[in-house]
Amino acid sequence: MVTTFHYLLLSAALFTIGILGVLTRRNIMIILMSIELMMNAVNINLIAFSDRLQQVTGQVFAIFVITVAAVEAAVGLGILIAMFKNKETVNINEIDLMKW
Amino acid sequence: MLELVLFYIFAAIAVVSAILVITQRNVVHSAAFLGATLFAVAGVFLTLHAEFLAGVQVIVYVGGILVLFVFVIMLIAVERAERERQYNRQWTIALVTSGILIAEIAYGLYRGRDSFVLPPAVVPPAVPATGNSELVGTSLYTLYLLPFEIASILLLVGIVGAVVLAKRRTPAEE
Repeated sequence: MVTTFHYLLLSAALFTIGILGVLTRRNIMIILMSIELMMNAVNINLIAFSDRLQQVTGQVFAIFVITVAAVEAAVGLGILIAMFKNKETVNINEIDLMKW
Repeated sequence: MLELVLFYIFAAIAVVSAILVITQRNVVHSAAFLGATLFAVAGVFLTLHAEFLAGVQVIVYVGGILVLFVFVIMLIAVERAERERQYNRQWTIALVTSGILIAEIAYGLYRGRDSFVLPPAVVPPAVPATGNSELVGTSLYTLYLLPFEIASILLLVGIVGAVVLAKRRTPAEE
């Protein structure tokens, strides 16, 4: 039988993979994709508990998370394009203008 | 039994493609595997009886966000990034930290797994005659109407912000 435990474990695995992508990769595109992975993990959590408690609130919040993910992707990719026009790179290590 | 098999299939596809997303050298391949992950997560939503969210996941994530990613990949040069070093110098520390994190979460979940099982006596046939979309829609437009409107403002700000950031500067502005 599939319990909420299984879903939470899947969600934790996806979230950790997303964190690993953000921490290790140098390409900004991949970092943005990893953030999407983490948002998906959060959605699985919300919907698993929505199913567990037989309440629809978790699904409504998942819709808000998807909204925020869409806005984040649009703005993040806008920043990426602006940055690529200025520095001709997508490497995160070469963007150190505000580094002390 | 069928539920368990479906869950394991979708979970395996999701996790394996997610690992492939962060290990591919070519960004286009990463985007393709991200699409596979998103579809698998939509399947997981179906096993959780969230049919509306599964549809939203496919339409918004795969049809919107992923296509946006692919468009941006076309605009930037991927060939040069492919030849560069792919990982940070501190990737070992990141790997160890992530390993500790997943072990910690898994241990906590494992210790408390009994609290996630519904007691059999309490299980009500709580699935009403109305469909999942109707339930979500009713809740969204009555109880969560104000957050819904705030989300629309957030989308508007996102549109304006993306256009301002990505548009070419005219000579008059410089």
